[in-house]
Amino acid sequence: MTTVTTGPAAHGGAGPTTVLRCTDVTRTFGRGTGEVHALRGVSLAVAAGELVVVRGPSGSGKTTLLNVLGGLDVPTSGRVRLGERELTTADPDEVLAARRDEVGYVFQSFGLVPVLSAAENVEVPLRLRRTPAGERAARVAEALDRVGLAGHADQRPDELSGGQQQRVGIARALVARPRVLLADEPTGQLDSATGRRVMDLLRELVHDDGVAAVVTTHDPELVARADRVLDLHDGLLRDGATPAA
Amino acid sequence: MPENRYENPGGPARPTPRPGQEHFTAPVDEGGLGAVDAVRADDAPTSLWGDAWHAMRRRWLFWVSAAVIVLVILVAAFPGLFTSIDPRVCDLSKALQGPQAGHPFGFDRQGCDIYSRTVYGARSSVVVGVLATVMVVLLGTTIGAVAGYYGKWFDTILSRITDIFFAIPLVLAAIVIMSVTADRTSFLVAFVLALFGWTQIARITRGTVMSVKNNEFVTAARSLGMSRGQILVQHVLPNSSAPIIVYATVALGQFIVAEATLSFLGIGLPPSVVSWGGDISAAQGAIRTDPEILLYPAGGLALTVLGFMMMGDVVRDALDPKARKR
Repeated sequence: MTTVTTGPAAHGGAGPTTVLRCTDVTRTFGRGTGEVHALRGVSLAVAAGELVVVRGPSGSGKTTLLNVLGGLDVPTSGRVRLGERELTTADPDEVLAARRDEVGYVFQSFGLVPVLSAAENVEVPLRLRRTPAGERAARVAEALDRVGLAGHADQRPDELSGGQQQRVGIARALVARPRVLLADEPTGQLDSATGRRVMDLLRELVHDDGVAAVVTTHDPELVARADRVLDLHDGLLRDGATPAA
Repeated sequence: MPENRYENPGGPARPTPRPGQEHFTAPVDEGGLGAVDAVRADDAPTSLWGDAWHAMRRRWLFWVSAAVIVLVILVAAFPGLFTSIDPRVCDLSKALQGPQAGHPFGFDRQGCDIYSRTVYGARSSVVVGVLATVMVVLLGTTIGAVAGYYGKWFDTILSRITDIFFAIPLVLAAIVIMSVTADRTSFLVAFVLALFGWTQIARITRGTVMSVKNNEFVTAARSLGMSRGQILVQHVLPNSSAPIIVYATVALGQFIVAEATLSFLGIGLPPSVVSWGGDISAAQGAIRTDPEILLYPAGGLALTVLGFMMMGDVVRDALDPKARKR
């Protein structure tokens, strides 16, 4: 079992600002001889406004960790606490509500709906929360403006560059003001210059909005943008080197 | 020769790799976000159907098939605009007379005006074709979408049911059912055709939904807190619609042929309803002596089916340009 106790949130146990916490989480796929231990006792606490980077090679369990933290997957054992909700004991409707109300996701290949425009993609989380139409339009415009895409609201994902698509993805993740942001290799499909700019933008938004963010990557370039770096190897989480200040 | 083969004489010096950095990185410009914006903000926004419309309107085949379809629909909806003669008023003394003033196609064996019967015959074909197509789209996409999206035992059961219906020949099954039915209306003919004709569309939908549901945007929709039903209806089905629409256009033509086949065999629409299939059947007896009376209902049928089939081809090409380039 590995417990990571560094970082502002972890001092003295559950600090008042801890938004996301998982304790002793394991996730095992398959059975018998084909059993794969994707996570082997992972504990982690993330504070509001903190950008945690989890790095590790492919297959180290990064995506599984994010899925478990965001309530998209159920851990084999251990507990996940998201805000005031205990995800591991909640019923499916409550997990659905937690995902809708508390979590913003950013995906490696953007995950934008191809038939919807940039603005419509950003609007989806607000529609799910039944935000009134007038407020929806204003918040979508504001979110697109923050990621520098105010003039691209009516374009479909196919008509945008990779960097622009990922910025739409970030706008969508943050438009409903979640408390937790989970990003799975957000720069994995971008060239290094674009990737760095997207990561700078992500860092700025996380700090401005006070969101607890967990970002996975295996790009050493991006680690420098983190408040805290953790290494995930074979399902075990360890403190990584603190990024150069 | 430079000592370091990575050196670029005259260009910017390459950075020394930092500890932990496994590879060299090229010097990059550190411009703002605008530097990576490949698409201009003022580019005209388009949609899937906007693109398809742009591709279709440049093809003459689209305009020809659209003209045929519009004409057939107009004839079916407002036959009175095209003829003032009642197709059921026949005069045996005029049987098999050739074209004459006011009767451009001549008269059939019963002395009925062929032009008027051809005009009125369009309605039953179009009504049966459209009704049957709407029914198979509803039934086939529902079954295919549930099987493809929910998988597991839903898929096992629904796919086996699809296989069973797929093994039954459409016209044969329709003959069996229609031959024991007394009240043969257009709705009933369409219903029977749809009951045995939904399998292909279910298979197409299942396959498309299975590939669409693995897209990252479906995971994204889940992460946003959408329920599975919402994701299926709002994201997966709209993104699977292109092949369904293409097949529906082609199926419409096939159902029109099937209706004509049943009417030809005498078990489709009753003789009191004017239909191309019924008229083809009636003309059959005079095929050696007066083959031209067969020509008009058969020509109307062929033209209508051709119109829908060509439209199906054009729509398919527009929605899937890769298919055209093969």
